[in-house]
Amino acid sequence: MALRVPISWLYDFVEPSATPEELAERLTLAGLEVESLTNLGAQWNRDVLRVGRISEVAAHPNADRLCLVTVDYGAAAPITVVTGAPNMLRHLGEQLPAEPLMVPLALVGAELIDGHAGDGRKLKLKAGNIRGVRSEGMVCSERELGLSEDHEGILILPSDAPLGAALADYLGDHVLEFDIKGGFAHLLSVFGVAREAAVLTGKTLKRGVLEIAQQEHMPTTGDPSYIQLEIADPDLCSRYVALLIEGITVCPSPFWMSQRLLRAGLRPINAIVDVTNYVMLELGQPLHAFDYGMLRPEGQAHKPLIRVRRAQPGEKMRTLDGVERSFDGEMLLITDGGGAVGLAGVMGGENSEITDDTTAVLLESANFEFLNTRRTSQLLKLRTEASDRFGKRLDPELCLRAALRAATLIAEICGGRLRMEYGDLYPQPAGLEPVRLELDFVERLLGVAVPREEVVRTLEALEFTVAGEDPLLVTPPSHRMDVSMPADLVEEVGRIHGYDRMPHTLIQDELPPQMRNTLLDGTERIRDLLIGCGLDEIITYSIVSIGDQAKLDPGGGAVDESAFLAVKNPLSAERGHLRRGLLAEGLNTMRANLRFQGRVSIFEVGRVFHPRAGEMLPEEPLRLCALLSGPRAAGFWQSGESGPAFEFYDVKGVAETLLEGLEQAGAEWRPGAGPAYHPGRSAQLLVEGKAVGELGELHPRVVAAFGLGSRTVCALEADVDALLALWHEDKQMDPLSQQPPVYEDLAFIVDEALPAEQLRAMIAQTGGPLLREVQLFDLYRDQRLGAGKKSLAYALTYQAEERTLTDGEVAKVRSKIVNRVEKELGAELRGEV
Amino acid sequence: MLESLNALEKEGLDALKALAQAEELPVWYRTYLGRKGRLTEVLRGLGVLSAEERPHAGRRANEIKTALESAFETRQDELRAAEMEASLASGALDVTLPGRPVAPGHLHLSTRMLRRIRAIFAEMGFQVYEAPEVETDENNFELLNIPPYHPARDMWDTFWINDQVVLRTHTSPGQIRCMRENHPHPIRVILPGKCYRYEQVTPRSEHQFYQVEGLAVGHNIRITDLIGTMHEFARKMHGAARRLRIRGSYFPFTEPSIEIDMDCILCAGKGCRVCKFTSWLEIAGAGMVHPVVLRNGGYDPDQWSGFAFGMGVERPAMLHHGIEDIRYFYSNDLRFLRQF
Repeated sequence: MALRVPISWLYDFVEPSATPEELAERLTLAGLEVESLTNLGAQWNRDVLRVGRISEVAAHPNADRLCLVTVDYGAAAPITVVTGAPNMLRHLGEQLPAEPLMVPLALVGAELIDGHAGDGRKLKLKAGNIRGVRSEGMVCSERELGLSEDHEGILILPSDAPLGAALADYLGDHVLEFDIKGGFAHLLSVFGVAREAAVLTGKTLKRGVLEIAQQEHMPTTGDPSYIQLEIADPDLCSRYVALLIEGITVCPSPFWMSQRLLRAGLRPINAIVDVTNYVMLELGQPLHAFDYGMLRPEGQAHKPLIRVRRAQPGEKMRTLDGVERSFDGEMLLITDGGGAVGLAGVMGGENSEITDDTTAVLLESANFEFLNTRRTSQLLKLRTEASDRFGKRLDPELCLRAALRAATLIAEICGGRLRMEYGDLYPQPAGLEPVRLELDFVERLLGVAVPREEVVRTLEALEFTVAGEDPLLVTPPSHRMDVSMPADLVEEVGRIHGYDRMPHTLIQDELPPQMRNTLLDGTERIRDLLIGCGLDEIITYSIVSIGDQAKLDPGGGAVDESAFLAVKNPLSAERGHLRRGLLAEGLNTMRANLRFQGRVSIFEVGRVFHPRAGEMLPEEPLRLCALLSGPRAAGFWQSGESGPAFEFYDVKGVAETLLEGLEQAGAEWRPGAGPAYHPGRSAQLLVEGKAVGELGELHPRVVAAFGLGSRTVCALEADVDALLALWHEDKQMDPLSQQPPVYEDLAFIVDEALPAEQLRAMIAQTGGPLLREVQLFDLYRDQRLGAGKKSLAYALTYQAEERTLTDGEVAKVRSKIVNRVEKELGAELRGEV
Repeated sequence: MLESLNALEKEGLDALKALAQAEELPVWYRTYLGRKGRLTEVLRGLGVLSAEERPHAGRRANEIKTALESAFETRQDELRAAEMEASLASGALDVTLPGRPVAPGHLHLSTRMLRRIRAIFAEMGFQVYEAPEVETDENNFELLNIPPYHPARDMWDTFWINDQVVLRTHTSPGQIRCMRENHPHPIRVILPGKCYRYEQVTPRSEHQFYQVEGLAVGHNIRITDLIGTMHEFARKMHGAARRLRIRGSYFPFTEPSIEIDMDCILCAGKGCRVCKFTSWLEIAGAGMVHPVVLRNGGYDPDQWSGFAFGMGVERPAMLHHGIEDIRYFYSNDLRFLRQF
């Protein structure tokens, strides 16, 4: 959660001891990361931006909507500037007020923000004639100075602003911006940051602001005369403080307070609201101000009621933002005798809002259970500064202190009186349990021996109570509800000691047994083989469009949504399901790339998600998808425009390279694959009898459905887990024979329908050990061969391991082959080629 | 006789000299030295000479034969050499034309980064442990010390499948799985993988990205070990001269928690837009495994301690390669992917 702290405010509680930059660095290293440090007024040149006093406001001779303002700034002579600001024009023809009218004055040469542009554009002030009158400077608005967006009028400074002082000294400041992570409520305030700064710089923390209650010696009561207090659900509200301030006048906040609020990022509204915000920023306790006059008693009771209770399911209230909201039975309400007046810890109700007519304020300072507050805020999608703070665990000890701080400020500013009775319902004051800390443990975790003295000093500076020698018995202060175990204390010691000072060591502990990771190695092997085939790796989104899945079925069948895992809160309505396969996103990627190139060969290896009946989590098989389209060869100036396009045998070649690289023998190609494929130009791939994938040219309708036109697109999809289950790395060497080989070519005429593999396999098998290699080198079709016939020509290599083969031996093997394929496959020897 | 021999010699040598191309050589050879050539013809005429003249003429004829043959060899060498020269001179190529493309494929940049990260940690004995991308709320949050509605949940915007199942927002749930599988033995693993966050896709943020988690559990694991390991990694990954800054931080599943910054590799500490003028770049969040998490993993925090860290993959790649928009990674424009 973001927190902006003006350093001038911080210095109320801790003396400055370093430059703002050094302080920011110390805080950052100790875990309070300063996201940015803004120097407010860095651009205010001391010579030309000064505190001025208006001595006269006169009419402009040539313009009704402008006036001439004479400003004294301590120099020998005052200067005259022309302005059209409404709060200057107001004084025309009037006696100036008795109180000095102080303003920021810019002289020629000053760098200001262009108040009219509204985009933060800068301008350098020049002397000039405005409608015939020379203007030697400018009186400035907040926007022109970069203090806020306000450009309604000239910024009026307090009457005691030092005449002639450099504005940079009077109004300049640094603003530290933090992002406070996690549940650390104790850091979410100016005071909280000051506490850290004090520890880190060795300065004393000025705690006076927290100690108003001790100074007043006023007893608290659960039953004050002005309100009936009741906590109906103490599990969700551990404390409720209600103070009454009467006789107030709602007025604007004083200059110093509105400046601090602005610098902290809040817009001033009126003194009552501003004080609650101011104290929330200062101490971290959100407060709420009710218009006391609007609170109703229960029945005939003589005083109004505040009851903190869970809402009745469906109970409604209009919140301060004007929205009528309905609550469930777990949401906590502040109610009076007539019903809901506030949504606890989140936002007040419109019915009890402070107005200009308010004369008495009931100030609420309570402690609400953090998880419930967060739940309410999330379910209603209503986040406020208060709910963000109550959504972290707040210190209940802070309630009365913050309430008194605010009440004092309201009485000071709005002229009221605090009823000298502190309404405080605090059924079970909670204390934090002490934690045992062995000094050994500090060293065990940090690797550095921090002396006992430093451990104690650090913890005490952070307001922990420390007792005992070793182990130490450490009691956290009430605001450290995040500390409950020794490791928490080690963190405090470590971060104040400074991690940056610690030595670097390497693990000396026992090294766990090192094992081979076959799945990972195999997956990387697959990637390497595929890039070796010239394919580029892509990684697509896992959350996909189910509409694309429908395009994968050329039959136009409906997609079974239950087969997909749906995301409850997708980023877009279009992409709302987890992928079951990689093909669709691969095709989308191909289409996007075909805009820029004609040849796309890509692959992806990634997990896909298959819901399992009766299981909470899906199965996550690892899949592979390769896609090829466009010219087979990368463009080259010698080969002309484009060569032949990728087709079935290209993607089969990729698959064969993959199988060879994974040392998988015994692949079987069965014609036909899934519906996304061309029925006659696709195959299912089996290895050792197990289906591992499919490949081929995609169905033209699928290609068209993905916006790829009529081009040929080849795909290979495989199950990586199945492929790797069969991964061998134990291939035995094939002996190399030194004997002369005999080469021979044989061509057979067979039926067109006969799969070539059947013929090859029979030749190889019949040839026996002497036939070392059978390689297809020609496929030939011609009418002269006869209708429905084709010729397959093979190069045969015969070789014996330990002797020279004789012609007779070769002839014997050859005739065995020819006889068998003629007989069994109806093949006809075409004669030597 | 002698005159005609001498004339023949002169004629032959002149003719040889007149040849312009190597391919005319065989014709010359046949004409003068062949079986039916001019010299043979002259030699055949020796029979008509007297006994005194014959040896003399014979000797002379042999001399001429040797002279012609030797002249032939020399001329042949000359002509061939000239032709070689000519062919070398005419066969020159334009060496500035592009070579024939071998067109190898490219690994995705994320894969390359993951391989580098894995290799560095493998040297330090960290093995790879992989965990599912779809996780239970229990593993992704609760067992990591982040109960429902806990304020720490604000640190992760989550994609939900249902009330109990999420797309993992970080690789940390793998810690729980790894510990439960391995206890009571020491652990030293990295957990690389895809993570998902409910975040609008912008030049600076993606809803899908990679993370690498690290986890070491042992009897004597210290925060200085974590700092040392991170330092070793940063030097191998980003260069030997890298400096680290270690600062306190907060994560619900580590205690103490730290963050590791590295001096900005782009501006060398001078301050630039990338390091937001801080001169530091955040490279990892880390800390000692929270006692609650150790216990949830099956390790007694009184006996065991551990460290964990988590780092991005795309971010360092962007720094190294000057990539300003994270969306390039998973929009898969080949013009981008093929650059790496």
